[in-house]
Amino acid sequence: MVYKLVYENLKHRPARTLLSALAIGLGVTMMLTLVGLGEGMMDDQANRARGVGADLVVRAPGSSVVGMGSLSMNQNILNYLRSQPHVVMATPVGIHSTGGVSSIMGVNFDEFSAMGGGFKFREGGKFADQGEVIIDDLYAREKKLRVGSTLNTMNRDWRVAGVFASGKLGRVMIPLTLLQELASANGKITMVYVKLDDSSQTSAVIAGLKKDLPEYPIYAMDELIKQFSVSNLPELNAFIGVVVALSVLFGFLVVFLAMYTAVLERTREIGILKALGAGPGYVLGILLRETVLLAVIGSAAGILMSYGTRWLISTFIPASFVQAIVYSWWPISAAITLCSAVLGVLYPALKAAKQDALDSLSYD
Amino acid sequence: MAIIEIQNLRKTFRSGDVDVHAVAGVDLRVEKGEFLAVVGKSGSGKSTLFHVLGGLTPPTSGTVKIDGKDLTAMNEAGRTRLRRESVGFVFQKYNLLPTLTVRDNLEIARDISGVKGPWGEQFLDVIRILGIEGKMDRKPRQLSGGEQQRVAIARAIVNQPAILLADEPTGNLDTENSNLVLGLLKHLNKKFGQTVLMITHDPEAAAFADRTVQMRDGLLHGA
Repeated sequence: MVYKLVYENLKHRPARTLLSALAIGLGVTMMLTLVGLGEGMMDDQANRARGVGADLVVRAPGSSVVGMGSLSMNQNILNYLRSQPHVVMATPVGIHSTGGVSSIMGVNFDEFSAMGGGFKFREGGKFADQGEVIIDDLYAREKKLRVGSTLNTMNRDWRVAGVFASGKLGRVMIPLTLLQELASANGKITMVYVKLDDSSQTSAVIAGLKKDLPEYPIYAMDELIKQFSVSNLPELNAFIGVVVALSVLFGFLVVFLAMYTAVLERTREIGILKALGAGPGYVLGILLRETVLLAVIGSAAGILMSYGTRWLISTFIPASFVQAIVYSWWPISAAITLCSAVLGVLYPALKAAKQDALDSLSYD
Repeated sequence: MAIIEIQNLRKTFRSGDVDVHAVAGVDLRVEKGEFLAVVGKSGSGKSTLFHVLGGLTPPTSGTVKIDGKDLTAMNEAGRTRLRRESVGFVFQKYNLLPTLTVRDNLEIARDISGVKGPWGEQFLDVIRILGIEGKMDRKPRQLSGGEQQRVAIARAIVNQPAILLADEPTGNLDTENSNLVLGLLKHLNKKFGQTVLMITHDPEAAAFADRTVQMRDGLLHGA
């Protein structure tokens, strides 16, 4: 019977119920979107790294495993790497940040393409040596570019020579020598991807390389891909913590205001229940159940809205951000929301439970 | 057998710096199955007496026993239990829960009292007498004032309380509906032996009761 009363109360004020649920849901969406962005971008990086087709990667000393990196490694290392047993190909890659999460990548196209089994061009083809750039299809969609369009980056205009299917490490690529020149980093690279004649020898080759290059981070690609995890991004985890705290506060305030208003509005009804013999626990139970139901509806709405944010991101900024749907966070975000909602209802519910029956009945 | 026993009941309110003696030493005895009307003008203290008897507010002093339970010794929890187990209210403003149907308004009173299962034959009879059997799925706003008050009467006696307290039950009704509601209260009193204590300012309404007492300046006359 109490559930029926709770349901009817929520139904009685549909606009308020809907708005409260949506506001509660926003907190859930914030959490799911942020976590989804973390996971999605890590997965995307892993997929693109996989697309290189290498067996191992050698990065500059002191560089982060999941970071973008810079042009800081001397390319003379290439000769050494190419002379090692089992190495059939070693191709350098240069990365230069162009602001935010965007970067431009310099490659030796033929070598890089051969290592990964070739580029699949949606339109156009490889760049010429000067003044041309190739971009992946997500970048093209986000920036509304196609072959022949002009892209301005690194303080100059580039002609788009080709649009390739994403999954090849970078989104914007130019010749490596040109990147080095523009970045005033001649002879410098960011990393070297190495292909072996026998992948089963990867560990042995890495062990050998580490003896000669003890300061260089060297990873098997499988190992590198495992490193693309949100847990390896302490800054993101701290940010997720902040968003969770904000969501708790947001949920608390929404429920507090909604239920405080509801209690004021229902003062007389609470008086009626008390006149019928309802104790504080009964009244408290009604408001708690109502809040839990709101939190459940809000959580469901928040989950649905996270699909909305994913659609927005994949439609308008597919190259900059990738949002995954992280199912494991559904119960977590719902539980966090529930806790904040219960905290939010405590004061209004206790106020209602303690209301004097006679005063409440006199309320108009 | 007395179902209500009141001795030297006093209820004093503090209003600013002044003590208001709303009930100033009332003695009253109501027998089981009796229909008693307490008649008085506005400010006579009759509503305060109603609130004390219903356990909505504690007495300041004196002795009040409802169905053998001493109300004077009760704390808030005890008075809540009294309202749940021994008293049924009918208010002037009906006080039905607006979001619930008639059936659910009756059910929630049972739920609060912890009563489960289908309605008993006697209560089904009450519903037929009150003429609300066809209104069960309607919300209060879909009912006339007279119909709402009949539902309120049904709710008041759904748990078979020792006493039914009615505070100006016809105050918001026209003459036709007033007579109908008062006639029904009398019928329920006679048919089921339901003790009724009605507060009213209207002598015509009081005429439906077995016995009438007057309240003036916080005191009962003719008790």
